[in-house]
Order: sequence, then structure tokens, then C-alpha cells
Amino acid sequence: MSQLLQQLVNGLVLGATYGLIALGYTMVYGIIQLINFAHGEIYMLGAFGGLTMWKALPTGLQTKNYIALPLVLLAGIVTSTVVAVLMERWAYRPLRGAPRLAPLITAIGVSVFLQEAVRVFYPGAKGPLAFPALFTGKSITIGGVEVKYLSIFVVALAVALMIALQAFVRTSSTGRAMRATAQDPDTAALMGIDINRIIVITFALGGVLAGVAGVLTGMQYGAIDVHIGYIAGLKAFTAAVLGGIGNITGAMLGGFLIGIIEALGTQYLPQGSAYKDAYAFVVLILVLVFRPTGLLGESVAARA
Amino acid sequence: MSDPVAAPPPAAGADEQPMLQVRDLRVSYGAIEAVKGITFDVHRGQVVTLIGGNGAGKTTTLRTISGLLRAASGQVIFEGERIDRRPGHLILRKGIAQSPEGRRIFAQMTIRENLELGAFSRKDDGVEADIDHVYELFPVLGERRTQKAGTLSGGEQQMLAMGRAMMSRPRLLLLDEPSMGLSPIMMRKIFSTVRELRSTGTTILLVEQNAQAALSLADQGYVIETGKIVLSGPGRQLLDDEGVRKAYLGED
Ligand SMILES: Nc1ncnc2c1ncn2[C@@H]1O[C@H](COP(=O)(O)OP(=O)(O)OP(=O)(O)O)[C@@H](O)[C@H]1O
Ligand SMILES: [Mg+2]
Repeated sequence: MSQLLQQLVNGLVLGATYGLIALGYTMVYGIIQLINFAHGEIYMLGAFGGLTMWKALPTGLQTKNYIALPLVLLAGIVTSTVVAVLMERWAYRPLRGAPRLAPLITAIGVSVFLQEAVRVFYPGAKGPLAFPALFTGKSITIGGVEVKYLSIFVVALAVALMIALQAFVRTSSTGRAMRATAQDPDTAALMGIDINRIIVITFALGGVLAGVAGVLTGMQYGAIDVHIGYIAGLKAFTAAVLGGIGNITGAMLGGFLIGIIEALGTQYLPQGSAYKDAYAFVVLILVLVFRPTGLLGESVAARA
Repeated sequence: MSDPVAAPPPAAGADEQPMLQVRDLRVSYGAIEAVKGITFDVHRGQVVTLIGGNGAGKTTTLRTISGLLRAASGQVIFEGERIDRRPGHLILRKGIAQSPEGRRIFAQMTIRENLELGAFSRKDDGVEADIDHVYELFPVLGERRTQKAGTLSGGEQQMLAMGRAMMSRPRLLLLDEPSMGLSPIMMRKIFSTVRELRSTGTTILLVEQNAQAALSLADQGYVIETGKIVLSGPGRQLLDDEGVRKAYLGED
């Protein structure tokens, strides 16, 4: 029983990261119907941005978590956001109105480019790089389950960001404009909404969340490398599809579900941990076969 | 809209410069030219109608004025200024709003949110009062303000689309087939709203297939066929024109 609970907790922690990344996929898809396959790299660069900040800190501050953690998070956020916005401007905007295959192939190209650029030019990035934990405090035991303070922090921060995003999209004027653009961009333009501005904001929001996810990943695993965006990106994409691509609540739900499925599969299936990266894709295939619109997605006809 | 601004004279004279001038406008979809050099004017305070059959190029013309399509050549001049190179969101800010063909309301959003989106570009504090004004004009919208706009009937959606377009307080309102698919009663309501809007000083460019209703209310009418204007004149005069009666009023 406590083993089950332990895995559920592990799943939530994993899922928090997947959910944060999945939001970027789903929001961009909702606005311009592009699967931004380079979104995993935005997340990876967030981790590298955070690490760069930490290395730049004076030694005295590196161990002062209450100073280092906010600065590292901020650096991760800024790096990811800038990369996301430039990616939209340079790679995708020139292809607006082109056949859908063109931006999709471009996304794959951007993804490979960013991975290789970091691998070649970031000092030491040809292998894994150590990442500081930035969080002291041991763990507490709840109902026989040992939960690290860091895990609580990860889930709490992710959930807080998700709630903030929902509030922004539901109640702010810009959020309303985002929803209008997602439903009908031409008519949104007739309302005086600058579609390009909304697209930039959408990429930027996805970047903020991915940057946080990148730093949180580094803190949890103690190391990062240039490939972390690849697998995490695919799993987060699966989470977005599972929740219903284009649906914000769905992406969060999908993220947590994929995390939990992965944790439970690792524990309970024979040789489970060997296949830990495969469960998400089994889910992806099942969703595509039985419920292509995802758990919370509407049919394409209802969106149009 | 709700404030008692002195209304400009209803039937403005041709002496002043037209509010909207469309000059030799050409618009293509790829290789297909849909609008083939049309020229017309809209004077302040008037209702001007473009009538014509399916595929004549009416919607293309309105979408080009609103900046959703780029003209291949020609000019659109609004209040003395060329606007044909401006993006759509800036054209709304200039004072031109559109209620598009097929209503295009935001079905997943509430009626109130749709109206708020109509006022997206506004920074003043009169928005609330204008929303109330739309509710007065169309009480059914007020009663159902918190419901999803997609639950409205076709006629109610048309009211919402017009109310939404009015929320930006446009000086020129473009209406693309507001009577499409409506019952006679609903149609009368829509056309009486157009009259009401004109009486409060809004200039209107009305696209219609319902030539009878449009021409009887228009100060000026233009008949458009396969991308060209083939006939123009005061609404009443076109209504009596034999060719128009044959082609658009089902007489032979
Ligand atoms: N997106 C498009 N791509 C290609 N051709 C188009 C497109 N939209 C319209 N057309 C063509 O342009 C021409 C003019 O169409 P438009 O919609 O402007 O006509 P309309 O006068 O509004 O007709 P209706 O009364 O049926 O609405 C038609 O031949 C139409 O097929
Ligand atoms: Mg039309």
C-alpha cells in the first residue's frame, strides 16, 4: 500500500514537469496549429540558462539557496522565453500561411540545431553537467511515504503556475484575446486584436513554464545534458495529446497522468524500469486509436 | 453609441469628401481574381449597399477594406487616409468595424465575453454602459449574457455579431449579409436596427443578397457582378430598375 502511495507521489513529481512542458505544446498548437517539436529544446535551454547563472554567482552566494534558487529560476525563465520568442520570429513567422508540413519540418530542424549548438559551444556539454540541488531540507514521512521537501516544492510551484496561467487565460483581456485567436484568428483581427502579438505572448508563456521545468529537472536529478529535451519533450507532447491538444486543463491533467503511469509501470511491470520511457508512447498510441481528441478535447468540427 | 453626440446629417451631401473611397480595387486568391477593379464611395451618415449574387466578390471587398486580405492593386481611403496596407487590427482602431458573413461569433465564449472582445481596443471607461446599451437594443442578449454564444439561435447570433461590432464605437460599420438565413420577423428586426444605427450617426456599408430590403433602406446602392460594378444609383432608383428587378428581385 505504502509502495503504491510512494509511486503515486513519484508520479506527481514527474508529472509536474511534464505538465509544465505540455502547456507550451498545447498553447502554441491552440493558436497556430503547430506542433512545436523544438519545444523540448526550449526546456533544455532553460536548464542550461539556470546552470549558467549559478556558475556565474560568487562562491559565497552559490550555497545560499534563498538567493541562488530565485536567481537560477529567473535565468532559466529568461533563457527559455527569449529562445521561444526568437524561434517564433525567425523560424515560424516567415512560414505563416505555408503548407502545414513546412513549419513541422522546420521545428525538427530547429530542435536538432539547438541541441547541437549547445553540445558544441557550451563548455563541457558534450557530456552530462552537474546541477546544484539548490534546496536543503530532508524529507517528511506522510502515511508511511517518504516525501522530499524538494518534491513538495516542485509540485507546489508547478500547480501554482498552472493556476496562475488558467486565471490569466480566463479572466484577463489578453487571455480573452488568446482564446478568441485560437477559435477564429480572422474574426479576432476584426476585434482589433494584433494576432502577431498574441502569438508572441503564447510562445513566451510556453517559454516561461518550460524554463521553470528545466531548472526543476536539474535540481531533482543533479545533472543535465543536451538530450533532456528530447525524451521529456516527447512525453510532454504525449501528455498534451492525452489531455486534448489545445486544451490547457487537459495538458496539466495529461502531464500528471503520464507521470503517474510511468511511475506505476516502473514499479509494477516486469522489468518495468527498463521500459520507463516507453509507457508514454503506449499511451499515445492508445489515445490516437481510441480517443484521438484526447480526454478533454473537442472534436475538430466543434472547434471550427 | 449611447452618448448624445450630435448626429451628423442623415443624408450627407455629396459636396464633402466621402468617408470611404474605394478606388479601382483588385483582389485575387492565387491566380483567381475575385474583385476586378471596383470603385465606389461611402459618404458620412449614409447607408450604402453592395448587392450581387453568389461569388460576385462582395465579401472579398469587405474583407479587403477590413485588412484581412491584401489588395493586388487599387486603393482604400478612409477619412482621407490610405488604409489598404494596414493590418486588420489597426483598421479597427481607425474606426471601421465589421460584422462578418456567417456571424462568426465566438461560440465557446459567453455573450458578455463576445461583447467585451468587441471593445478590445478601447481604453475608456464607457464600455460597461455600451454593453448595457446592446442589452437594451437586444434584450435576449442581456437575459442570456452568461451563456455560451454558441447556444444562441441564428438570428440571436446575428444580433450578437452586430452588437459586438458596435462595441468598438465605429464610425463606419461593415455588415456582411446580416439577414442571411433569418426568418422574416428576425430580418425586420435586423433591418430596423440598421436604420436605428444610422439615426445615431453611424455610417453603414451593407452587403446583401436580399436586394429588396437593402435597396429600400439604402441612400446609395451598387450592383456587383463577377468582381465588377455593373450599376449604381440611389437605392430607390435601383429598386425601380428593370434589370435589377429581373436579376435580383425574382421578376421576369
Ligand atoms: N479563400 C478563397 N480562396 C479562393 N477563392 C475564393 C476564396 N474566397 C472566395 N473565393 C472566390 O472569390 C469569388 C468571390 O467570392 P466572395 O466570397 O467575395 O463572393 P460574395 O459576393 O461574398 O458571395 P456570397 O454572396 O455567396 O457570399 C468567388 O468566385 C469565390 O469562389
Ligand atoms: Mg459573401
